Amino acid sequence: MMLHIKNGVVIDPKNNVNAEKMDVFVKDGKIVDESDVKREDCKVIDASNKLVVAGGVDMHAHIAGSKINTGREMRPEEMRVVRNIAGKFRAAIGRVLLTSPAIGYEYSKMGYTTAFEAAQPPVGALHTHEELDAIPLVDKGALPVFGNWHLVFKYVAEKDIEKLKTFIAWALERTKGFGVKVVNPGGVEAWMYGGNCKSLDDSVPGFDVTPREIITSLIQATEELKLNHSVHLHCNNLGTPGNYQTTLETMKLAGKFSNDKRQVLHVTHVQFNSYAGSSWRDVGSGAAEIAKYVNSVDNITIDMGQPIFGHATAMTGDAPFQFTLHKLTGARWSNKDSEIEGGAGIVPLIYLPKNPIHALQWAIGLELGLLIDSDKVVLSTDYPNGGPFTEYPYIMAMLMSKKMREKELERVSPYVQKATNLAAIDNEKTLFELIHMTRSLPSRVLGLDNKGHLGIGADADIAIYDLNPENVDTSNDFETVYKTFKKAVYTIKGGEIVVKDGELVKDLWGTTYWVDATGKVSMEAIDADLDEYFANYYSLERSNYGVEEAWLRNATKLIMG
Amino acid sequence: MKTEVEIISGRTLDQGETVEEKLTEDYFKAVSYCELSEEDFGTLELSDGDRVKVKTEFGEVVVFAVKNKDLPKGLVFIPMGPYANMVIDPNTDGTGMPQFKGIKGSVEKTDEKVKSVKELIEVI
Amino acid sequence: MAEEAEKLVNVICTFCGSVCDDVQFDVEKYKGKKFCKLGGSKFSKKERIKSPMIDGKEVSYEDAIEKAAEILVNAKRPLLYGWASTVNEAIRLGVILAERVGGIYDQCASVCHAPGTLALIEEGVPGGSLGQIKNRADMVVFWGSNPMEAHPRHPVRYSVRAKGLLIKSRKDRKVVVIDVRKTKSANMADLFIRIKPGYDYPIISALRALIKGEEDAVPDEVGGVSKAQLKELAEMMKSAKYGAILYGLGVTQSRGRDRNIENAIKLIQLLNRHTRWIIWPMRGHYNVVGAGEVPAWETGFTYAIDFSRGYPRFSPGEFSANEVLQRGDCDAALVIASDPAAHFPRASVAHLKKIPVIQIDPFPNMTTLVSDVVIPSAIAGIEAEGTAYRMDGIPFRVKKVIDTDYWSDEEILKLILEKVNEKLSAEEVV
Repeated sequence: MMLHIKNGVVIDPKNNVNAEKMDVFVKDGKIVDESDVKREDCKVIDASNKLVVAGGVDMHAHIAGSKINTGREMRPEEMRVVRNIAGKFRAAIGRVLLTSPAIGYEYSKMGYTTAFEAAQPPVGALHTHEELDAIPLVDKGALPVFGNWHLVFKYVAEKDIEKLKTFIAWALERTKGFGVKVVNPGGVEAWMYGGNCKSLDDSVPGFDVTPREIITSLIQATEELKLNHSVHLHCNNLGTPGNYQTTLETMKLAGKFSNDKRQVLHVTHVQFNSYAGSSWRDVGSGAAEIAKYVNSVDNITIDMGQPIFGHATAMTGDAPFQFTLHKLTGARWSNKDSEIEGGAGIVPLIYLPKNPIHALQWAIGLELGLLIDSDKVVLSTDYPNGGPFTEYPYIMAMLMSKKMREKELERVSPYVQKATNLAAIDNEKTLFELIHMTRSLPSRVLGLDNKGHLGIGADADIAIYDLNPENVDTSNDFETVYKTFKKAVYTIKGGEIVVKDGELVKDLWGTTYWVDATGKVSMEAIDADLDEYFANYYSLERSNYGVEEAWLRNATKLIMG
Repeated sequence: MKTEVEIISGRTLDQGETVEEKLTEDYFKAVSYCELSEEDFGTLELSDGDRVKVKTEFGEVVVFAVKNKDLPKGLVFIPMGPYANMVIDPNTDGTGMPQFKGIKGSVEKTDEKVKSVKELIEVI
Repeated sequence: MAEEAEKLVNVICTFCGSVCDDVQFDVEKYKGKKFCKLGGSKFSKKERIKSPMIDGKEVSYEDAIEKAAEILVNAKRPLLYGWASTVNEAIRLGVILAERVGGIYDQCASVCHAPGTLALIEEGVPGGSLGQIKNRADMVVFWGSNPMEAHPRHPVRYSVRAKGLLIKSRKDRKVVVIDVRKTKSANMADLFIRIKPGYDYPIISALRALIKGEEDAVPDEVGGVSKAQLKELAEMMKSAKYGAILYGLGVTQSRGRDRNIENAIKLIQLLNRHTRWIIWPMRGHYNVVGAGEVPAWETGFTYAIDFSRGYPRFSPGEFSANEVLQRGDCDAALVIASDPAAHFPRASVAHLKKIPVIQIDPFPNMTTLVSDVVIPSAIAGIEAEGTAYRMDGIPFRVKKVIDTDYWSDEEILKLILEKVNEKLSAEEVV
């Protein structure tokens, strides 16, 4: 199928195109030069006066796997919103939590074409992949979690980076995972004893390691392996007043590393880790300090973790935090301690604008989005922890319009005025910046060269919106901006038109990316250790552990070069 | 002589072992009996191999009687399966789950035959 | 005479929720090694349904499937039930099929552990995987669960004799069995507590009060258990470093059902404020978890799902198989990997006899006796491969080690769905 997207106004930050009228040509699922197509054979899409950008890339969302499914099962009240009645497409259900078909459909309708599962329990990898394989339309990947894995503790304690590298390669291959995710390193192991690791130098019970050592060693191993994606970290001490200090200290661990192609550390949903103060009584925003630090270095990226007022579900691998949340709110609580790898917890949430703490969290997310260089902050809600991904357009509009923020500030708790600086921030980001924060930056952060841009050779994942960047007033027309990005005029996935005017027109399956670094290590080095751990500590055989590529619907292996 | 009891149904190894052979003699033997306590066995004047009729407000079934010294008086156990399901409570109280355990009923000795699995399906 | 060499292959057991994956199978002798009695019976030769049948007459797979599709399309409200003893790939097709025909999807948990799902909805579930129990649990309570007869290798592999990180010998662990009668499992317990049937709920409430330090609220005897005994149990639970309540049908099928589990979960929530505890159901079938997880990601719910409006609706009181059958709310049924004629109450089976029934199963069972269309399938774990979730949700890829002419559940459902789509498109065009 050949496409000729005609007369659109293109914003393509990776290739330095800022609102230029350009034609885009597609052939065999890729963006090609005009000379590679026969114009007569092209299907023409008239994009006059419309914005043409790469499809959105969501690099951190909880969309597939055991805890997402338990969240659904726990919350039938979430599953009563009908988004699509079965017919040409599947029935699609969900309020904030969504069924797998709904996830694919909703991303697509919004012009998103790639979404990554942010935390995959390694022993449950096949379940994550089954759910990813049930999400239509988008390309996917999953990040297995390493920060509380006993074998990681072992190699960190032994200071054996070679074996740690080998282990990471083994684990990525077995889980068909994409990169190294770390959640509350050491803290989830401590939770097995009812405790937590709130500081970088807390000792992990039963192991001679600290979070500091775990994080540093994993960064070193990841960098030596030259994985596509850097260590992706959910910091210790999440959700605690005063925790911005822990976050700053953690970020400093990246100091001695560097990488030409990307960051060496991606810190995730930083809003939850940016609290100042000493208790819930005097909690405030530490966003300014965090922003200052991130802006001063060039090897760290973050994503916002923006709360959206309304329903949400807290679901993370940070099991002790989830229990704390249960005690704090009295809400229902699920927990899953998982073999020798970590854990997870789920607690239903709702963010209310008049609640001082919720309003504070909302403000902090925005502060981070506004104060941090657009080349370092990815837009996210840590779906579904902060709220729905379908509200990314709300965040976009807010970051581009002070007026919209002023309006919102009128309806939220006045606590925000004294606890944060949001009201005083005049900064209005540009459309170019927001496209970068939702397309080219997340792609670079993940290390996916073919995504998030419209250069020759890129995957033909394209979104067209009913907005002309040449004459849109993002400061004042925030309502229009919001509505525009909720509904793509066209979503093109791999060269196929899948959405038109915000409605699904075609169903197809994307691919699941995984990273194979086994060529860089010798697996025998850890064989005996793996055998020992499986025999003594796992409850299943090593020979039955892991996922074969053939079991996935459509896998794309990225071999480390 | 009739005695009032509470009926439990549930899994047994033999029932599980034959659960994929339901049209065999082995399965029949595994599910067509009712265990009674030593005391109830005596009160009903039962001997090994005798049959009893178990009756509840939901139905009745004839099964073999088996003595189990670990059962307390007044509690009887029928392995899960078509025989137990003739007498347990089909009502789900809105949960979807019938009440398979803890049904009040009565047991008495009988000369009636124990129906085969195929005969049982006919009369349902 | 030379002994025939064993042709042993490693397999994963597809009987109960323990999903033992350390077992072996001799493909020539058709005999298992290391299995318990239950798994051993699964991995042994048994009578199979010889051929697809319509009304007792042997037909081809294609003809039987054509008839099945016809029945499903013509029905106003077909019930698609079973699912717990087949693989996810088949279950997913079943869910899509139910959605396509506007029928009802229900699965075996509806008569087993669905009350646990209802409790999950009310309270969440504080749980953990089997490896956690093996490694850390210094106290395990089997409540209304009889593993020696329902999950025979569970105690040795995961919960009673299993050793791990912190548990180095049987002495490091206290095992309690709570039941209404002295089961075979009581013999492996350090403490057996006999309770009166239907009194699980107040006993749990008493334990909660005791652990909270409100012992005055507890009478001298609750459900046949003395206050002293309850105090001892509460103390044991509070002093455990990592405890696990593993519960079974004794709790889900008796008076109170889901409320019993809800209460037990609240007990665990409370214990986690003092120490660490988890609670988990002893799932019966090797993939009953999958039978719930697959529809959950596809439709949002795990059982009792109605698609008659073109979207999934969940209502256990209306759409679970027993409710639907007893009220006559279905006019056809597809039964797969299950035997409701044997395992449902008489009042439900009575309706099953009246409606057209399609059965998909490797073995003839009581449902076969009431089925109009019978489609024999390959045995998952021996003749067909696929994904199954162990009782704690850990996924396994069960194996195909023997070739067969029998179609797999997945293949059968795929063709049924195709035929159904053809018939429905034909209708839509007109």
